[in-house]
Amino acid sequence: MNEFLPTGIQLSYLAAASLFIVGLKQLGSPATARQGNLLAAIGMLIAIVATLLDQAVLNYEMILVGIVIGSLLGVIMAQKVEMTAMPQMVGLLNGLGGGASTLIAMAEFWRLQNSAEAVPVDSSITIILSVLIGGITLTGSLIAFAKLQELMTGAAITFPSQRALAVALVVVFLVGSVCLLITPKDSVIFLSLVGISLILGVLFVIPIGGADMPVVISLLNSFSGLAASAAGFVLMNDMLIIAGALVGASGIILTQIMCKAMNRSLANVLFSAFSSKGGAGRGATATGVVTEKTVHTVGAEEGAMMLGYARSVVIIPGYGMAVAQAQHSVRELGDQLERLGVDVKYAIHPVAGRMPGHMNILLAEANVPYPQFYDMDDINPEFERTDVALVIGANDVVNPAARHDTNSPIYGMPILEVDKARHTIVIKRSMNAGFSGVDNELFYKDKTLMLFGSARDVVNQLVTEVKQL
Amino acid sequence: MSHEIVTALVVFVLASFVGFEVINKVPPTLHTPLMSGSNAISGIAVIGALLVSGSRAWNVTVILGLIAVVLAMVNVVGGFLVTDRMLQMFKKKEVKA
Repeated sequence: MNEFLPTGIQLSYLAAASLFIVGLKQLGSPATARQGNLLAAIGMLIAIVATLLDQAVLNYEMILVGIVIGSLLGVIMAQKVEMTAMPQMVGLLNGLGGGASTLIAMAEFWRLQNSAEAVPVDSSITIILSVLIGGITLTGSLIAFAKLQELMTGAAITFPSQRALAVALVVVFLVGSVCLLITPKDSVIFLSLVGISLILGVLFVIPIGGADMPVVISLLNSFSGLAASAAGFVLMNDMLIIAGALVGASGIILTQIMCKAMNRSLANVLFSAFSSKGGAGRGATATGVVTEKTVHTVGAEEGAMMLGYARSVVIIPGYGMAVAQAQHSVRELGDQLERLGVDVKYAIHPVAGRMPGHMNILLAEANVPYPQFYDMDDINPEFERTDVALVIGANDVVNPAARHDTNSPIYGMPILEVDKARHTIVIKRSMNAGFSGVDNELFYKDKTLMLFGSARDVVNQLVTEVKQL
Repeated sequence: MSHEIVTALVVFVLASFVGFEVINKVPPTLHTPLMSGSNAISGIAVIGALLVSGSRAWNVTVILGLIAVVLAMVNVVGGFLVTDRMLQMFKKKEVKA
């Protein structure tokens, strides 16, 4: 039995790891995604049950209490969360994963500290790494959560000598790590290292502006995998190492895809708030030149007529639509327009919303027919043949400045070329700049009509008017 | 470096390559569910948490481990469920009249 049990656990881990790999693979295709998620969940269940059979695990009552509390919280959170709040939900969960990894490394430190034997250098190094990655993931994710939940400003926060402080902290961390290697059981040094990791996570995310949050969430997702992997090195557990590495690598790929969608390098996303160009967004609106331009406005009745008698309409949903919970009204508008024989399409920018692919989720929630979704590359050539482009609460992803204004912070970001449509109607609450803080010249063009109001109210008015056509 | 660490590094590097290969071309539609699904997998940290909290004797290690169990379970259960909720919306629905 003694021989058999550990082998059984190892084989269960192998099965779990295989299920994770197949599950991730299937998550990459719409037809199999749901099954893939289920397979990964089964893999997790197998891994957990196998671990509970480990002879080192004796404390069943308390562990079961912990599992039940955690599971219940997870169920409640997953059921309560609004689809619009998905980015911060994922951000928060990332943080919890990172926090768990940090705690594991800390727990192992105390176990070694209280054992009589000497601590091997290998163990100290893996513990330090695990605390560093896990700590940054924890606080970084919590800051990302707070920014997206609007508990704190979504804008980049910088202060003088911020970079110097970060560099100094890294240096102190390195020195402290060396000290810990020399005196591996010193809890003061160890706790200082934990504290520095937590601060570094905060410093890492606060200078990153709101529009770049999707990239940060994805990167932190990758980190949470690496943190799990690092915890695996601490405990010398292959299951943790494999699963963590899978998540770490797939997270990096997603991050890259997103950076490409915004035509920026990862370094640029992470550190642009420090560069001299960083303030350009705020500068442009402060010049006053832009704000003196005039805009053309339109009422719901006239807007409805333009839409109803158009041959083709492309709807461009943005985060403003999402926060107004207007996706259902938008679907109804689409249905009504189709009834009148209008060709309706939805143009979805890869980073519309606050997470990549977020907009697809929101539209799917409102039952918008999947074949009407168009990705940026597929819809852009269509705009020249489009009668009316209806922009709902989107801003940065339709800003033509990205094409020609080299001073703009979003210069070079691929955009939806809405300005090429024959007419554009923009639904927006006010002339305030979008998430990135950049003004949008599209709004001042002659063929652009502004329809002010909350997305849901305005779209509902449009629906009523279109029904009467 | 001990033989153990080297073996672990080999496992880590190979698994990373598998991760890179598995997520190659994902349509933007699935970015969010994929991220939240892989996030749930990172809750594998729960295994480590179970192992460190296994001892019957109450001490700092066990307490930290138990907190880690709770955090990781929220990550696992919340992550998989919310991913499923998102993916449910992509299934074909009957057209309402």
